[in-house]
Amino acid sequence: MKYLHYIGTYFLMIVEMFRKPTKWSVMKQLILKDIDDLIIGSLGIVAFISFFVGGVVTIQTALNISNPLIPKYLVGFATRQSVILEFAPTFISIIMAGKVGSFITSSIGTMRVTEQIDALEVMGINSLNYLVFPKFISLLLYPFVISIAMFLGILGGMAACVYGGFSSLSDYIIGIQTDFIPFHITYAFIKTTIFAFVLATIPSYHGYYMTGGALEVGKASTTSFVWTSVVIILLNYILTQMLLS
Amino acid sequence: MIEVKNIHKSFSGVEVLKGISTSFEKGKTNLIIGQSGSGKTVFIKCLLGLFDYEEGCIAYDGKVFSELSEDQKRNLRAEIGMVFQGSALFDSMTIAQNVMFPLKMFTKQSRSEMEDRVDFVLKRVNLIDAHNKMPSEASGGMQKRVAIARAIVNNPKYLFCDEPNSGLDPKTSIIIDNLIQEITDEYNITTVINSHDMNSVMEIGEKIVFLKDGLKAWEGSKDTIFKTDNEVVTDFVYSSELMKKVRQMYIEEKQ
Repeated sequence: MKYLHYIGTYFLMIVEMFRKPTKWSVMKQLILKDIDDLIIGSLGIVAFISFFVGGVVTIQTALNISNPLIPKYLVGFATRQSVILEFAPTFISIIMAGKVGSFITSSIGTMRVTEQIDALEVMGINSLNYLVFPKFISLLLYPFVISIAMFLGILGGMAACVYGGFSSLSDYIIGIQTDFIPFHITYAFIKTTIFAFVLATIPSYHGYYMTGGALEVGKASTTSFVWTSVVIILLNYILTQMLLS
Repeated sequence: MIEVKNIHKSFSGVEVLKGISTSFEKGKTNLIIGQSGSGKTVFIKCLLGLFDYEEGCIAYDGKVFSELSEDQKRNLRAEIGMVFQGSALFDSMTIAQNVMFPLKMFTKQSRSEMEDRVDFVLKRVNLIDAHNKMPSEASGGMQKRVAIARAIVNNPKYLFCDEPNSGLDPKTSIIIDNLIQEITDEYNITTVINSHDMNSVMEIGEKIVFLKDGLKAWEGSKDTIFKTDNEVVTDFVYSSELMKKVRQMYIEEKQ
């Protein structure tokens, strides 16, 4: 029953988020600030992780291909498939649940603890629209982050492959072009857009409805990370089943 | 004027407000006093519509809050200024941006008009060179004054203050009390202050409502609170040695 109540509150929060919109001149500034905090601020860590994990995927694949009958270009093919289908959309989303999710929960939670949300409500402002909606809009640029992750993952794989001596550059490039299915990119972006919604709303829910003090803000951030990750993994399974099988 | 009739509010089956009825008059500083846990903050949050109550009604100049549509409630709230216990300034904004916020949200003034108004109210609360400071760089007293400036910037009809003196030294407390009193007189607004500070009661208590265990135990003014024989009130008012001496002097003077 408790979980049903939480789920109900979450969906009511989403409905409320779209009601009574904040003045556009103010909302515009909030969206730009959130793009800076949530998207631009995440590019560094996403680029770093993508490049090196792409490299590791390539090395692991190359080391596990011991049969001389298997063509060398398969390393590039496997890296591309891993990065585009799973690593970039899902693995990066879990990392973002930690980075962006805990930022959202702790910032909204601190506003709750210090009565800043009450101050907004007393002024007659729809605090959910004011706080959550700009985060949702700015995270619509999340597929852009994932495109960078895809590119750098494959680039990292190429660097590891060539400089590690696992195959030649031309083999790797042939590999990443082999049997390319454009729908896989569409599939990855559909997943990413849905994960962006999850990344904006679940951490906001945990921050907005928290009660207590500073300790509870920390607890809410942890709980938010756990639930965001769980929902992303579950949705990943459901969407893969629906879109690819 | 704010009229309150028979307000009941419970949390998880525990009744916190047990039927409070009173009124807060226009142009006066109305104080809600009582011990910690007496229901003062819950009462003020019910008045502001931050908490829903199970029974009773609250009317702002004859407009019953619970009967208003969402739009009407929003319009009414735009006429309310609130000073929170912890000031509740927006961390991400400078002091000037905090004060300008209600103007940006609710008016169609130009940038220069808003800046002029912000300058005016910051001067009014004696903050002249603080425009570009962040709230974290301001002292407790300064934060309270910024909160007051933000509350009055849009010419509210009702001003609520939740423990405006908490955490402040006696001298700064008096400055804040006097500022609230002056603003109430100047703008002829209905001011409701939640406090357990007896100095505030003596300074600005034009109307006092005393709460005890979720009930209104007494109602009067700063002149009558020292004369009352109500045991609950005298227990609270004369709980400190200083106040006991003040009472003794008062009785001796009377004799």
